[in-house]
Amino acid sequence: MTLDPTRQMIEICPVDAIDVETGVAALVHGEAVAVFRTYAGDVFALSNYDPFSHASVLSRGIVGTRTVDGESVDFVASPIYKEAFDLRTGICLDKPEVSIAAYEVVVREGVVYVGSVKAVVEE
Amino acid sequence: MSSYRKRIVVIGHGMVGHRFVEAAIERGLTETYDIVILGEEPRAAYDRVALTSYYEVGDKALSFLPSGKYADPRVSLELNAKAVAVSPRARIITLEDGRQVEYDELVLATGAYPFVPPVAGKDLENVFVYRTIEDLIAIKKAAKKAKTGVVIGGGLLGLEAANAVKQLGLETHVVELAPRLMAVQIDSGAGKTLSREIENLGLTVHTGAMTEAILGTKGKVSGLALKDRATLNADIVVFSAGIRPQDALGRAADLEIAERGGILVDEHCRTSEEHIWAIGECAAPNGKMYGLVAPGYQMAEVVVDSMLGGEGTFEGADMSTKLKLLGVDVASFGDAHAETPGSLELVYSDAVAGIYKKLVISEDGKRLLGGVLVGDASAYGILRPMVASGLPLPDNPEDLILPAGSGGLSKMELPDEAVVCSCNNVTKGQIKGAADNGCTTQADVTKETKAGSTCGSCKVQVKKIIEDHFAAQGVVVDKSLCEHFPMTRAELFDVVLVHGYRSFNEIIEAHGKGRGCDICKPAVASILASQLNSHVLDQGNRQLQDTNDAYLGNLQKNGTYSVVPRIAGGEITPEGLIAIGEVAKDFGLYTKITGGQRIDLFGARLEQLPAVWKRLVDAGFESGHAYGKSLRTVKSCVGSTWCRYGQQDSVAMAIELELRYRGLRSPHKLKGGVSGCARECAEARGKDFGIIATTNGWNLYVGGNGGAIPAHAQLLAEDLSDEDLRKYLDRFLMFYIRTADRLQRTSTWLDSLEGGMDYLRQVVIEDSLGIAEELERAMASHIDSYFDEWKATIEDPEKVRRFMSFVNAPETPDPNISFGTTRGQIVPEESAGPVSLGMPQIGASL
Repeated sequence: MTLDPTRQMIEICPVDAIDVETGVAALVHGEAVAVFRTYAGDVFALSNYDPFSHASVLSRGIVGTRTVDGESVDFVASPIYKEAFDLRTGICLDKPEVSIAAYEVVVREGVVYVGSVKAVVEE
Repeated sequence: MSSYRKRIVVIGHGMVGHRFVEAAIERGLTETYDIVILGEEPRAAYDRVALTSYYEVGDKALSFLPSGKYADPRVSLELNAKAVAVSPRARIITLEDGRQVEYDELVLATGAYPFVPPVAGKDLENVFVYRTIEDLIAIKKAAKKAKTGVVIGGGLLGLEAANAVKQLGLETHVVELAPRLMAVQIDSGAGKTLSREIENLGLTVHTGAMTEAILGTKGKVSGLALKDRATLNADIVVFSAGIRPQDALGRAADLEIAERGGILVDEHCRTSEEHIWAIGECAAPNGKMYGLVAPGYQMAEVVVDSMLGGEGTFEGADMSTKLKLLGVDVASFGDAHAETPGSLELVYSDAVAGIYKKLVISEDGKRLLGGVLVGDASAYGILRPMVASGLPLPDNPEDLILPAGSGGLSKMELPDEAVVCSCNNVTKGQIKGAADNGCTTQADVTKETKAGSTCGSCKVQVKKIIEDHFAAQGVVVDKSLCEHFPMTRAELFDVVLVHGYRSFNEIIEAHGKGRGCDICKPAVASILASQLNSHVLDQGNRQLQDTNDAYLGNLQKNGTYSVVPRIAGGEITPEGLIAIGEVAKDFGLYTKITGGQRIDLFGARLEQLPAVWKRLVDAGFESGHAYGKSLRTVKSCVGSTWCRYGQQDSVAMAIELELRYRGLRSPHKLKGGVSGCARECAEARGKDFGIIATTNGWNLYVGGNGGAIPAHAQLLAEDLSDEDLRKYLDRFLMFYIRTADRLQRTSTWLDSLEGGMDYLRQVVIEDSLGIAEELERAMASHIDSYFDEWKATIEDPEKVRRFMSFVNAPETPDPNISFGTTRGQIVPEESAGPVSLGMPQIGASL
């Protein structure tokens, strides 16, 4: 997957089309992307591809929260072997050495747009 | 010696000598001593136990010291250095080449040599022993021009040697003087089974056969003359008739020698001379020589300990062995020959399967003393520690050796040595150790020890071990469902029932914290479903569901789903069969008859599911709930309608029960079975509830279907009328649904009930808790409110909307899904990574 900051944002769907605390799969520049909406109203996008099962399924996982270092983190659990991925970064909470791509997301006038892969943030 | 540092000399660099040096370095002995090792062989220590694998893996893989050097500079290793004399008075060793080496402490680790009986022809060309890599090299060379090989000796090592000869492609014979193979370790019953299994592999076994002479022509081996038997042709002969301690140096130095050979040592492995020690096969602690490596290792540790001023002693060794000989499991442990006075023997033997198991039990029947296992040594990990720990035997000790499924082992308190996770070889002791080191959950322990990380079938067991471990220490075990709910599933069930909650949001706001997770959400969904029976895809429900329930299909490995229509009791019309076949054909699905008498259709894409189900619903089918933690099937035999042995109509009863409980959500999936007579063609006792017809009515069994730990259902009530059967089943199922843990099967739930089956009988039959009526009412309410969730789904556009590949490209199938073909049907192919479709013309840019 290439990092392309100039890549255009793609219209996905109205934000209301994503039920709260669920995901949908979308096609973004030819790639399968999972777009999630949380209870608090935040929208996130990760690669739909689960690196543990090699299946394109993350949009069908259960969305929830988990406490990590005292902070409540939004995550999705893969529906196949249940590994949890941080919705903000794509980092696997169970095996932090594994991570998947996280995408830029904006919601404008009730419509969700997904852009390029987020740059990795060094903390 | 001019140096003020002292010197330890070790003679012999085999497995035991090497272990001594390692232990000496590890425990700091080299802080005060230099160590010099003299090895007679041209190579450094290697794994002699795995010698046979030399042909496959080569010498590098077997070596303990591939670099030829120890990392500690105060240790030096001399190879090709043969010691010929020791002078204890002067503390000097003389080597074959005339050099002399002084010592402060001398450790003899010279091992043993193969015994070659004084048979005529033993010096002919192509007669070998089986001890060193050099021996194997020579055997391999000779085997190139040979057709037939004979191994003399049918003990452990002889069978290893026979395996090696067979591997070299020779017709192989084993000649054993004793009336059975492995006479030291196993009894005659086990010996017979072992012989038969080895012969099945193409070797010929001759027991009770005495070798009179090795025959030869032109100085080379040509055959073997046996007493009272036909002569065997042989191109090579390998002796494996036992070993003798290599004690020549000790004898020459006037050390005390044991009656049957070996250098006599005390419990610290000290010889009769001060400053000389002997360890391993050359030593005879208490006059007894040990021909296994483990006791040699123990002796090495004892000597290091003594040199450091410790108190460690060698107290004899456990001679238990478990190995795979030519692919046949063999194990022997404890008092395998029942030599303890009054001991009893319990034998299970299945000649067809090549399995022989014997337990030796104390006179009072309370303790396990030893045993022999041939063909299936899987119980060794549990049985051997039972001998050592003196754990009391269960009431039915035969369960320990009967084939899996009898339940005995699963109910045993396992010893710490027992392997719980066989994928990663993790013992119960290691799991408890991880708990002591701060792991508090199964997930923590799995991360730490790898137990449960491969196939996952032991996760439940791991969880229970941790809980029991903490409970035993008086620590309050946190039974919280997850971080969001500080209560058990059973408690949560009651909370929901009492308050009459109807949604997850209400429940988590009142009793939990955060927003829930993949553990509590499906659990709450199941609790709500068994109380309300609303549609799992209703708003507020569907985001709680695991993917199977969320898409009403069984998620398979490539992201597609399987479809299973209900075929109650396995009864189906020809029209129904044709309809299913046509749907499968039209959508290109893989079809298979399931273990529960239904037809599985595999490979449906998410977006195809509503169309597939539309066809099935139109043909009169309904959801089989193969995706849910819910009732799956009630299997039946043919029953009294057709079967000449049938006592009752098992088909009608199975259909009735499957329809009665269809759609019922439960902590774990549920299966049932109804057999029309005691012949049990429906295998009903392998189910969560099993019913077997009698002349007087129905016998009801519950708690079978243990999953990874097989369990047979147990009798709850006998000779029931149709009406009582329904009544007791209603109560049993509802009681389970209310009180079981999340994902707890009926078998483990029954095990966890205090009072077990008797208690369950009191609740279900005698109504000791006074809740029978309520349980029946709850079931009646479920039955009344049943509807087919697939029919309801395809009729509701709002629900169908979610079955699509991509929200912004619903017509584009997921490019990650691809199929191959096997035996004429599709099979999933794994996708290597995210697949790109290129740049499709979709969506608007911002």
